[in-house]
Amino acid sequence: MTELTLGKALGAGLRQAMRDDDKVVLLGEDIGKLGGVFRITDGLLDEFGAKRVIDTPLAESGIVGTAVGLAFRGYRPVVEIQFDGFVYPAFDQIVAQVAKLHYRTQGRVRMPITIRIPWAGGIGAAEHHSESPEAYFVHTAGLRVIAVSNPEDAYRSLRQAIASDDPVIFFEPKRLYHHKGEVDLDAPLADAPPMGLARVVREGTDATLITYGAMVSTALQAAEAAEDDGISIEVIDLRSLSPIDYDSVAASVRKTGRVVVAHEASREAGVAAEVIASITERCFEYLESAPLRVTGHDIPYPPAKLEKYHLPDLDRLLDAVDRVLDRPNSLTGAEA
Amino acid sequence: MSPQITPIADTAQDLELTERILTPDGTRISNPQLDAYVADVDAEQLRALHRDMIILRRIDAEGVALQRQGQLGLWAPCQGQEATQIGTARAIAPQDYIFPSYRETGVIYARGAAPGDYVRMWRGEEGAGHDPSGLRVAPLQIIIGAQTLHAVGYALGIKHDGADEVAVTYFGDGATSQGDVNEAMIFASSYQAPVVFVCQNNHWAISEPVALQSQYPIAGRAPGFGIPSLRVDGNDVLACMAAMRWALAHARAGKGPAYIEAVTYRMGPHTTADDPTRYRESAELDQWRQRDPIARLEAHLRAAGELSDEHLAETQAAADDVARDMRAACLGMTTRPPLAVFDGVYAEPHTGLERQRGEYAAYLATFDGEV
Repeated sequence: MTELTLGKALGAGLRQAMRDDDKVVLLGEDIGKLGGVFRITDGLLDEFGAKRVIDTPLAESGIVGTAVGLAFRGYRPVVEIQFDGFVYPAFDQIVAQVAKLHYRTQGRVRMPITIRIPWAGGIGAAEHHSESPEAYFVHTAGLRVIAVSNPEDAYRSLRQAIASDDPVIFFEPKRLYHHKGEVDLDAPLADAPPMGLARVVREGTDATLITYGAMVSTALQAAEAAEDDGISIEVIDLRSLSPIDYDSVAASVRKTGRVVVAHEASREAGVAAEVIASITERCFEYLESAPLRVTGHDIPYPPAKLEKYHLPDLDRLLDAVDRVLDRPNSLTGAEA
Repeated sequence: MSPQITPIADTAQDLELTERILTPDGTRISNPQLDAYVADVDAEQLRALHRDMIILRRIDAEGVALQRQGQLGLWAPCQGQEATQIGTARAIAPQDYIFPSYRETGVIYARGAAPGDYVRMWRGEEGAGHDPSGLRVAPLQIIIGAQTLHAVGYALGIKHDGADEVAVTYFGDGATSQGDVNEAMIFASSYQAPVVFVCQNNHWAISEPVALQSQYPIAGRAPGFGIPSLRVDGNDVLACMAAMRWALAHARAGKGPAYIEAVTYRMGPHTTADDPTRYRESAELDQWRQRDPIARLEAHLRAAGELSDEHLAETQAAADDVARDMRAACLGMTTRPPLAVFDGVYAEPHTGLERQRGEYAAYLATFDGEV
């Protein structure tokens, strides 16, 4: 085991994937000499050369569209979108081309493209640098969507995404890029759990808290704080947003009967809405109370000084836990 | 010396600014730029090009007829653009890979499409009409200009593989307004990718005239990206073939991308859902009928004594055979069973979709035994 930051783990994952398969090529803005604005591709140009670590002009649709052509040619492109808010100019190429070509051609054309997106807020960034666009991609058939929350997952899932014959939108929580964790760099990929599986991060019996990405840390803090009040919270890291591992989710809900789903992204038609609708369809009879969402507000991502009022924090999570447990909470107005 | 503004030209409509080898009345003229590229084309090859164009026009007419008879949901006619499509496509080598738009019926014909390939997508049976790897032609593209980037990416792969291949992409005059087409030219230029851009300027993007997309000749844009270009008479099959041979040789020689603007005319509607009488004058169409690409080559062959009535009749009969086969393939298609809607979304199992498939299968099973 090696202790690595999440950012370094991603770099190690890219390096290993490129060593494993010479058809893996990287494309993106500033990924060469600079090593990417987050340094994720640091050192890869030196090891693999400019034919495999391709600095591109500043055009996101161009980057993804070029990756489509490389995939037609049998390559496995890994695209870096510099920031979450910059993916929108590439939206057509992703949802109308990358996602559909396999279906349109009855599987004759494969699009094994991984689109890495430094993602979400909490780092005091400028406008367009803190977006949570995952619902757009989860809603698009033909794509897989991964959101990692720790270095070990990052290293393994990225390699799995690159090895997958399907296109994968790969969300990297940038506020965790410098968080450290143990990574087994030598574990065979074949032995790893499949990319689509959720993970029970913490076991509990009173309520299930479901989230993904950087919010997993917040959820764990909430679970620890709740424990002081004698409440046992199970925390699930979805890891994969398409597909969502409903077997793991349902198993937890059947155990606890109470559910809170949390994410930074806005609420309307978001991932939490989908998760709760699916829970309701699958295990309604096990529910002791109505599942709740704790999400970002339905506002454009606010200026950095205000983002703390937008992002779900420890207290908002605990308030929702109180509500699903029928304990005194913000709605009842009673004191805890 | 006063500063010079490039491109130097008057309007996008000035047809006399195009390179040609055959005049509209079929007279072969000298073209210092292009002659060498078609010096080997003899009468037999000219007859083959003529035959191709007649068959393509017949395929196109059959497509329109099938749509009018309710057999196709839509058809995108290419009548008038036969010289551009046949002239350029017949210059492309078998190993080259093509990224077309939805109007390139002549290109897939030239690549050896099967009778059903022309209609499978328009009939709604499959998302793509042909096997891309078989023809080495990507699925027809409806999103305007998106395929140009795919061609550039493919060409980048060719370059990295060191292969003796070229990627070719077709698009219309309307597409030149799209960001993707401009990004494609930037990427192609940056990487010196072996890709040939073929803009079929057919003068109308549904109802928007070419001048709305481009106040100056479209070919004039490419040099601004560092890409050499030629503006050819798109109704002159020899000029189109010559220009394409120039462009392909340029790309194949490792000199990077090349660009052709073929100035032609879409004689029919944009699609079978369109009514061009609402936006264009009949006089314009009449003017273009005088430039008909098939009649032009026919006049040339007749004047040279290289086209007999018997040969023409045989060609027409061959075209009718192709159309008959196309119709039979169309009417003979069987729609896949309901659960096929789930096929091919993913290359690997996706639990969410598998669950939906299972639910729908169970629902359908409730009808078992019903008449």
